[in-house]
Amino acid sequence: MSFSNDDVKKVAKLSRIRIDDKQLEQYTNDIQKVLGFMEQLNELNTDNVEPMANPLDGVQVLRNDEIKDGGYPETIVNNATDDTMNFFTVPKVVE
Amino acid sequence: MTAIIKGTTGDWEMVIGLEVHAQIISQSKLMSCSPASFGAQPNENVSFVDSAFPGMLPVVNKECVRQAVRTGLALGAKINKKSVFARKNYFYADLPQGYQISQADQPTVGEGVVTIDLQDGTTKEIGIERLHIEQDAGKSIHDQHPEKSFIDLNRSGVGLMEIVSNPDIRSAEEAGAYFTKIQTIVQYIDSCDGIMARGSMRADVNVSVRRVGDKNLGTRTECKNINSVRFIKQAIMVEATRQVEILENGGVIDQETRLFDAEKGETRTMRSKEDAHDYRYFPDPDLLPVVIDDEFINECKDSLPELPDTKKERFINEFGLSSYDGAVLVANKKNASYFEKVASGVKNKKLAANWVVSELFGALKKAELDINDCPVKAQDLAELISLIEDNTISGKIAKEVFADMFKTSKKPAVIVEEKGLKQITDTGAIEGIIDTVITENPNQVAKVKENPKLIGWFVGQVMQKTAGKANPAMVNKLLAQKLK
Repeated sequence: MSFSNDDVKKVAKLSRIRIDDKQLEQYTNDIQKVLGFMEQLNELNTDNVEPMANPLDGVQVLRNDEIKDGGYPETIVNNATDDTMNFFTVPKVVE
Repeated sequence: MTAIIKGTTGDWEMVIGLEVHAQIISQSKLMSCSPASFGAQPNENVSFVDSAFPGMLPVVNKECVRQAVRTGLALGAKINKKSVFARKNYFYADLPQGYQISQADQPTVGEGVVTIDLQDGTTKEIGIERLHIEQDAGKSIHDQHPEKSFIDLNRSGVGLMEIVSNPDIRSAEEAGAYFTKIQTIVQYIDSCDGIMARGSMRADVNVSVRRVGDKNLGTRTECKNINSVRFIKQAIMVEATRQVEILENGGVIDQETRLFDAEKGETRTMRSKEDAHDYRYFPDPDLLPVVIDDEFINECKDSLPELPDTKKERFINEFGLSSYDGAVLVANKKNASYFEKVASGVKNKKLAANWVVSELFGALKKAELDINDCPVKAQDLAELISLIEDNTISGKIAKEVFADMFKTSKKPAVIVEEKGLKQITDTGAIEGIIDTVITENPNQVAKVKENPKLIGWFVGQVMQKTAGKANPAMVNKLLAQKLK
C-alpha cells in the first residue's frame, strides 16, 4: 500500500494538525514505514484468531448508575480562553 | 404505500432510511458520574470527563447498556453479547474530546423489525439494521451574542441510542409513522422520554430517488438533526423533489450531508461537514469490550411492560375493539392506561372505547389538554358508562352529563341526581305521556296509520315532553303497540 503526500495532507487536515510542506516528505516516509510493518503483520495467518478490540484481553467493568460528579461550572470554565456566564464561548459557528 | 413523484420524464419513487437518536433515561451520563438531567444551569452537569480534561478516563454506565438492551428486545432485535465502543473522530465546538464514543462494527443491538400502522388501515414492516450506544454532544447557543456562540456541555456525554433503519421506507407518511412508532415503544418501556421539544429524540433522514421499477439504489443524501415529525416529512418531500429535478435535468446527486431549513423550506449543503463521512473509526483504547450474559438479557426481558403491539392485539381479541380504536388507544402509553382503567369498570368494553376515543379524546383536544390534566377521572367515566349500561340514563343524556363532568369534575351520579336526569323507565308514566301525545294530535295519528315510518315524529314528541329522559327503547315499543 502506498501513501502519498496528498494522503498525509488529508489526514493532517482531518486531525487538525499543521504540517509544513517542507516536512511533508518526512511524514510520508515515516507513515509509509509503519504501513510496511502492518503489511508484514498481514502476512500472518489469523484465520482462527478472534479479533481483539484492546490488547488487554479483558472485559469492561460496568459502573452503577449513580450521580457522584458535576456541580462545579466555575472550575470547568476556569481555564477557558473566553467564557461568559459559565458558558465556553467560541467564534460564532452557525450554518 | 409507495408515494410517487411525478417528474416530467416519468414516475419516481423515494427510498428512505432513518437514523433515530433517542436519549437514554438514566441518572448519570454514559461515561461519567455527572447528572444526565435536562434543564440545569450552564455547565452545571459537567465533570472533567465530559469536558475532556487531559487524563480523564471513561467508565461505562451499566444502566445505559441495560436500557439499550431493553429497547433492542422491544424492537424484536438480536442482542449482541459482546459489543465494542469505538471513537468517531470529528471536530466541533460542542464536542470537547474531538471524538464521540460510539459503536461501529460491533453494536450492542443487531437486526430487528418494527411494524407501522398507516392511515389506510394497513400495516408495514420496517427493518432495523442496528441500535448502538453513543455519547450525546454538548449544545451550541447562537442567539446570545452577535459574534460568539455559547457552549453548554450539560448534554455532553449523556447516553444516546442511535436506531438505524433499513432503507425500507417509501414515503414521508411511512417515515412519520415509523418515527412515531419508535417514540411510542421507547416511551412504553421508559428507555427514553421521547420529548422532541427538549431534543430527547431527533432523526437523521437519508433520502434517495429512483425510477419506479428500478431495483438499484440512487445516490443518497443525509439531512441531519431534524427535531419534529412534521419537519421529517417536509425534509423528505423537499429533498426528494430536489433530487428528481436534478436527475431529470441530466445532473448527478452528490452524496453529502445537507441541512434542512424549515423556515425557507429548502435543504442545502453543510459546508463545515465536507469531511463528515471520514470519521476514522477505531476501537476506543480507553475501553474494553462490553460482555453481557443470558442472565443480564433475561433480567432486561422481565423488566419490559406489555408492548404496544401486544396490547393492541389484546384489545382487539379480548375486548372486541376495531383495529382502528386499538391503534389509537395504544399509541400513547398514558391514554392506553386510562382506557384500561375505564374498561375495567364497565361490562361493554367497546362502548368504553367509543367513549374514550370519541368523547374524551375529542373534549381533551378541544380544550388543548393532555390526558394527565384530564378533568374526568377514569373511574368516573366508567361510572358514567355503567349508568348507561344499567339504563339509569340514556346515551344522549350521558353526553350532557359528560360535558358537565368535564367542566366541574363532579361525579356522574351527583350530576344526574342534581339535574334530575334519571331515565324514566316506569311503563305507566311513559304510557301516560304517550296517551297525551296521541289525544293531542289526531291528524298525525291518522297519517301514521298510512305510513308507519312517521312513528319517529311521536318518539320525538314524547322525548320532548320528558326532556329526553324517557327510555328510548321503551318509548318505541309502547308507541308501536298503541299506534297499531
